[in-house]
Amino acid sequence: MIPASFDYVRPSTVDEAVQALASAGEDAKVIAGGQSLLPVLRMRLAAPTTLIDLGRVAELRGVREEGDELVIGAMTTHYDVQRDALIASHAALLKEATDTVADPQIRHRGTLGGAIAHADPAGDLLAPVLALDASLVLAGPSGRRTVPAAEFFQDLFTTALAADELLVEVRVPKHTGWRAHYEKFNRVAQAWSMVAVAVTVRTEAGVIEEARVALTNMGSTPVRASGVEAALVGVQASADSIAAAASHAAEGTNPPVDSNADVEYRRHLAQVLTGRAIAAAAGA
Amino acid sequence: MTATIEPEVGKSRRRKEDERLITGRTRWTDNIALPGLLHMAVLRSPFAHAKIVSIDTSAAKGASGVVAVYTAKDLDPDGSIGMPCAWPITPDMKAPRRPVLAADTVNFAGEGVAVVVARTSAEAHDALEEIDVEYDELPVVLDMEAAIADGAALVHEDLGTNTSAVWKFDSAEAGTGGNVEDAISSSEVVLKRRFRQQRLVPAFMEPRACVVDPTSTQITMWSATQVPHILRVMSALTLGIPEHKLRVIAPDVGGGFGGKIGVLPEEMMSLLVAQKLGKPVKWNETRSETMLAAHHGRDQIQDITITSTRDGQVTGLKVELLANLGAYNGLVGPGVPILGAFMFNAIYKIPAYHFACTNVYTTTTLTDAYRGAGRPEATFAIERIMDELAVELGMDPMELREKNWIKHEEFPFTTVCGLTYDSGNYEAATEKAKQLFDYDGLRAEQDRRRKAGDKVQLGIGISTFTEMCGLAPSRVLGSLDYGAGGWEYASIRMLPTGKVEVTTGASAHGQGHETAWSQIVADQLGVAFEDVEILHGDTQSSHKGMDTYGSRSLVVGGIAVIKAAEKVVAKAKPIAAHLLECAEDDLEFANGKFTVKGTDTSTGIGDIALAVFAAHNLPDGIEPSLDSDATFDPENFSFPHGTHLCAAEVDTETGRIKLRSYVCVDDVGVAVNPLIVEGQVHGGLAQGIAQALFEGTEHDDSGTLTTGTFADYLLPSAADLPSFTTDRTETPATSNPLGAKGVGEAGTIASTPAVVNAVIDAVRQFGVNDIEMPLTPMRVWHAIQHGTTDAGGPGRDEAGGGLGSIDATGGAQ
Repeated sequence: MIPASFDYVRPSTVDEAVQALASAGEDAKVIAGGQSLLPVLRMRLAAPTTLIDLGRVAELRGVREEGDELVIGAMTTHYDVQRDALIASHAALLKEATDTVADPQIRHRGTLGGAIAHADPAGDLLAPVLALDASLVLAGPSGRRTVPAAEFFQDLFTTALAADELLVEVRVPKHTGWRAHYEKFNRVAQAWSMVAVAVTVRTEAGVIEEARVALTNMGSTPVRASGVEAALVGVQASADSIAAAASHAAEGTNPPVDSNADVEYRRHLAQVLTGRAIAAAAGA
Repeated sequence: MTATIEPEVGKSRRRKEDERLITGRTRWTDNIALPGLLHMAVLRSPFAHAKIVSIDTSAAKGASGVVAVYTAKDLDPDGSIGMPCAWPITPDMKAPRRPVLAADTVNFAGEGVAVVVARTSAEAHDALEEIDVEYDELPVVLDMEAAIADGAALVHEDLGTNTSAVWKFDSAEAGTGGNVEDAISSSEVVLKRRFRQQRLVPAFMEPRACVVDPTSTQITMWSATQVPHILRVMSALTLGIPEHKLRVIAPDVGGGFGGKIGVLPEEMMSLLVAQKLGKPVKWNETRSETMLAAHHGRDQIQDITITSTRDGQVTGLKVELLANLGAYNGLVGPGVPILGAFMFNAIYKIPAYHFACTNVYTTTTLTDAYRGAGRPEATFAIERIMDELAVELGMDPMELREKNWIKHEEFPFTTVCGLTYDSGNYEAATEKAKQLFDYDGLRAEQDRRRKAGDKVQLGIGISTFTEMCGLAPSRVLGSLDYGAGGWEYASIRMLPTGKVEVTTGASAHGQGHETAWSQIVADQLGVAFEDVEILHGDTQSSHKGMDTYGSRSLVVGGIAVIKAAEKVVAKAKPIAAHLLECAEDDLEFANGKFTVKGTDTSTGIGDIALAVFAAHNLPDGIEPSLDSDATFDPENFSFPHGTHLCAAEVDTETGRIKLRSYVCVDDVGVAVNPLIVEGQVHGGLAQGIAQALFEGTEHDDSGTLTTGTFADYLLPSAADLPSFTTDRTETPATSNPLGAKGVGEAGTIASTPAVVNAVIDAVRQFGVNDIEMPLTPMRVWHAIQHGTTDAGGPGRDEAGGGLGSIDATGGAQ
């Protein structure tokens, strides 16, 4: 299908992009890898007047260290995230989740920042970003601001981004040596997650010292499973202790209903998958 | 004596068409560009059922690049054009007129209401948004049982009913068997089940498209169709275009699976618009339009009653179907369930049989042929209920099948439907499949897991299927009130340089005809495989044909090729005798040469072709041509069969199904090209497994299709399927000289019940005896959770189906 016509702007710096966004007005849309936006345009579910393409903004690509944080450019592709040594060492959970995203073609086009800004609650990268206590750097006409992930995701496809702002960086506190697992459940390999669970833990001598757990598609935003995290701290990883912790997984969730899963089933899945994710991450 | 050349038939040649198809360096309908080409886009109804109050096209007419905007009033002012239906299954079948564009009422969401013609496709789509249609919604009709109940809202008010036709076959009335009611009242075991065949989308790779060029003496239409010849005839009959003024071309077509068997309103629209404007036009649908407006498949409710003795001899089978036609009659849609009518008895010796099908109109997209068309539905029902009967009797399901199937020494066997199966060997296919599968080993593992209460349970599913294909003997089609014959045509042109052009009336859209036909001709004429060119899909070059569907191309069209080749040889023989100065009786033809018996004097078919071209030295009265054609009408269907075994692991914590292994041993008779057979089986399995586990349309209460994209309508990829173990037994068909049987649909027909039987087998211990397809993890999990307590049968977790088992206790007496 053919999208409605639109103006197209391709800036080469963040400043140019911010300016372009400001001058394009309310009906402009920023395009990153286009893996979510293009289908929407082609089905004419959206008809922006201007597309601002970040594909040539070189400063938005790549991963670097800054003290205790990794700084990941918003336009870093999933493929690059998968292969990045810093991410593998300091944010293994992000790599684990990225490995499950769609297929190789999409992972070569799609970007971390694009997925986060799109804020599809069934998207696989929101829960890891939330679990890792990442913060998002937004650039607008009046400069940059930093928003914690927990405040960034506000609702279905809705974030803290103002209409004149761009997501430019994802800053992830280093979780060096933490083990991680992303347990994804879908009906076919290329379908969205019905439910998925992101777990990363720091263990010492078989005891879980710290745990971060977040859920995909169990609400209109990614959900932090705080009850599970609390139950895991100081626990020797075993089938029983994991099951006890996982039983808290669905607490406080408000899962969506669709033909693949009703509320009862999604809550049940969240518990089962949480248990499996913890077991895989903690090596139990 | 000439050296024997290795026969081409039987070689696993790679397909000669694949290089261009895989690289895309070929001509698809959408690639065709003509000078002055205009582009069409169709505005479709968002409502399933509504009165059209008004259509305002004025803004669209003024939009950029727009040449014209038409509604029904413009294209068909008299309201006299109706899309054709070739299969009036009963004399009193209802025939609501299906217009090219809806005029007063829309009867399904997706029905066309206006068409924009513009300089570019983008401008045409832009202008669609400028058309203002005012609708007055009418009650929707979605559920088949509700549709035929008293006082139901009507799809077509003027028909006074939503029942299109009721078609029956009864073996007692036909004299082919006993009375099933007697069997039901007298048998020791009576088991009744209800199954649902969900609605499927034939998800061909290339969306439908057509181009019409009205600017020469013949109107030329290119279409992504399976049926160029039928399309030409039907266009002439529907629109009154003189048949000789229309040429139809199916260029390379990206799949069909039955989904491109229709004659489309959009094709008729394109012909009308092109003639009105005097300019070539193109219509190319989006995938969203395919999902919404291209015909769907399956969609039946099946009430099945089987009767048997306590020791497992089946005594009767009663089949009562509701079949959802959608809003109108498709080209062959009403007959699709009838194609299954003779297959519920399958490979079994069932003494009494009754079949009744009620075709029902609803305010949904039309249904029509989809890979297997009627036979997958039948095979599913019988193979599922054989498993249920085995449980009821406490028998191994394979043992029950063996007890009832036709033994190999009993062929030819005339069934309770009156069909004569020419050949088969169910024992051999089953034995081979069991060995490849390790049937006994998997049963032992299943037992271990069950006893251990393993979280992952194992189930084994069987499908010992047969099907009738190679459509079809014309006289049989006539007896079923089908509107055409079932013959096929071929011609062979011997070129002066010894090369060969073959035309075929079969119309390949992915099957590999060019390769297989070349192999056949190479053997028949003794020419090189590379020296044969197959021409198809153009009514100018292959002027006559019945096209491709129903696994007919090889066993009907391939035989026509052989018959034409025989005529070429017969025509060449007197010329060879003349050239070699001998009597015709002294000649023998082998490996492309006529040889004087007992000598090494010979002449090749290519030499004769050259001599005929020169025509300087031919016998008196001999026509200077070797070219020949043949039209072949089969004497019988072909009956491929096979044994499919599926091992499914069910994660009882999540309901997820993993196919651990899938073994099938198919008997398709002699394989012309085993590699093509293998490909057909793999693709067929994928589609049949997809019905069991993944695919299915859903509508909301307003009749809106909620599975309108591939994000919601799930197709499996290789990652979702096991590595198939395929093998063959080879029991030649006796109904054609190749000994071949059709293979295009076998995998799809056989695999769906094998998978469902495997899953039910894994979870039956939890009180589950049915789960509605597709077997989503949620449905499986709910079934496991509630199976032990829900006497009505599990798997009923969503509104609107009416399914699962209606009789969990088995109905035994």
